[in-house]
Amino acid sequence: MSETIQKEEDRTVLTGEYFTTGNLAAAEGALAAGCKFFGGYPITPSSEIAEHMSYRLPQVGGHFLQFEDEIASIVSILGASWGGWKSMTATSGPGYSLMLENIGLGIMTETPCVIVNVQRGGPSTGLPTLVGQQDIQQTRWGSHGDYEVIALAPNSVQECFDLTIVAFNYAEKYRLPVTLLMDETLGHMSEKLIIPTKDEIKVINRKKPKDDPSIHLPYKADDDLVPPMATAGEGYRVMTTGLTHDERGYPVLNAETQEKLIRRLIDKIRKNKDDIILLEEYKLEDAEIALISFGISARASKGAIELARKKGIKVGLLRLITIWPFADEQIEKLAEQVGNIFVVEINAGQVTREVQRAVKGKAEVHGVFKYGGAIHTPEEILSEIERRIK
Amino acid sequence: MPRVEIRFAGFGGQGIGLLGRLVGEAIALYMEGKNAIMTQSYGPESRGGASSSDVVIDEGEIAYPKATHYDYLVVMSEEAYHKYIPNLKEGGTLFVEENLVILDEHAKKAGKIFKIPATKIAEEIGSSLYANIAMLGFFCANTDIVSEDALKKVIREKVKARFVKNNLIAFEKGKNYKG
Repeated sequence: MSETIQKEEDRTVLTGEYFTTGNLAAAEGALAAGCKFFGGYPITPSSEIAEHMSYRLPQVGGHFLQFEDEIASIVSILGASWGGWKSMTATSGPGYSLMLENIGLGIMTETPCVIVNVQRGGPSTGLPTLVGQQDIQQTRWGSHGDYEVIALAPNSVQECFDLTIVAFNYAEKYRLPVTLLMDETLGHMSEKLIIPTKDEIKVINRKKPKDDPSIHLPYKADDDLVPPMATAGEGYRVMTTGLTHDERGYPVLNAETQEKLIRRLIDKIRKNKDDIILLEEYKLEDAEIALISFGISARASKGAIELARKKGIKVGLLRLITIWPFADEQIEKLAEQVGNIFVVEINAGQVTREVQRAVKGKAEVHGVFKYGGAIHTPEEILSEIERRIK
Repeated sequence: MPRVEIRFAGFGGQGIGLLGRLVGEAIALYMEGKNAIMTQSYGPESRGGASSSDVVIDEGEIAYPKATHYDYLVVMSEEAYHKYIPNLKEGGTLFVEENLVILDEHAKKAGKIFKIPATKIAEEIGSSLYANIAMLGFFCANTDIVSEDALKKVIREKVKARFVKNNLIAFEKGKNYKG
């Protein structure tokens, strides 16, 4: 008598077409990337991600835990990652502030994980239910010490899905916490999402050590500057600390070890910038004026380009999909093509100052700012262009 | 068809968000060659206060997600009418819940005005909660924005099972209302 084992339906990738929000798309993207653990504390406007993960994760053999605060949440996802699970959390500005110390721990311990920050207006509790893009520099410099980070900014519901997968892939490939910089408008707006089949989704998993466990050095990097990562319980020594450590993972508190470790942590991102930096060029071929923007502001910028071109003003857009590391070289090259660059962002100039640095005086840089609560209208952007360019 | 902008507005609890969601989903998923995006006002309150939802429709990529100059304005409260009528395009189409909105001279900018006692129709079915769907049926019958089949499909899928039947009745009554 043969025994038939009913294979449980795999609900990891819910292939199909949906009309849904950016928050739900990000959650589904995480699952498609193989996320098996979510540790979080709900906060508007990101709460739907936690809510969705709380019932989706058990369907795919994963685990959801709500913690007492964001500090516990971030630490939980670092631990889950060391336990071998791809892990994530989702929050907004105030929660991200609380997570910063331990994002630094994740960087120092080279722990793959993803943090979604659905930005709202700040500082402090600010505008809980309304849009902001004010956590750009916080993501880059918020934790103490010197380091490089990776942050991605989607601008559609589809990209909330797609880039969450990319965020996991970068986290696994380069071994660090990766931040997805969303915003309230994107988190809550609905548009079409196409979830492809599992085979069509490119998923990268962390390198595993292959050497003899008795001589294994957990922080000895390969040529790509990234060390293979063993999961606790696989037979390899798993030693990890926030203190400056050598290849054994032991604390060695001197300048030489610090120099070697920090240089590698920085270089593993800087030397792979070309692999990490994603950009969209829109109508730049004949542009005399360039907009630089990201996230939801890039969509307002495209609206402005449409209006400007109707008036005969040749405007194009460079959209930063990867915010960190910053696209210095590409922006310098753009500055050589156009005389004027307008940076459109919902903050007081956090990306603008990076653009000013990157252009090296080769173009005039203007900021088109809003301080949170609403996205730019295309008309506002166009009138700013017309005011500055006479 | 060029870009079309619709704003639905009323007060919290009338199902204004659902109206936008149903129209957006019906178009995005079931109408060939059209894209739709839906956004809604998002405040701390869930009942009372002003509520609005926008649907933007286009054949190509939709860059800007919000409605700023409405081709269609659908209002279910006096407050919403006064707040949003300035942004109705000259010659645009206005739908009103006639027992909840008193029109003034600003309504003259509308090319067409459609009035329906949606709440009264809904109450005859058993609850004022169906007023939004009565309005939806009325909107569907008097525009060529979204097909009846697509809307009924999303009502069946998105509305809680025990409310589907009455919502479909509300939809039919709205659709057949002649004023």
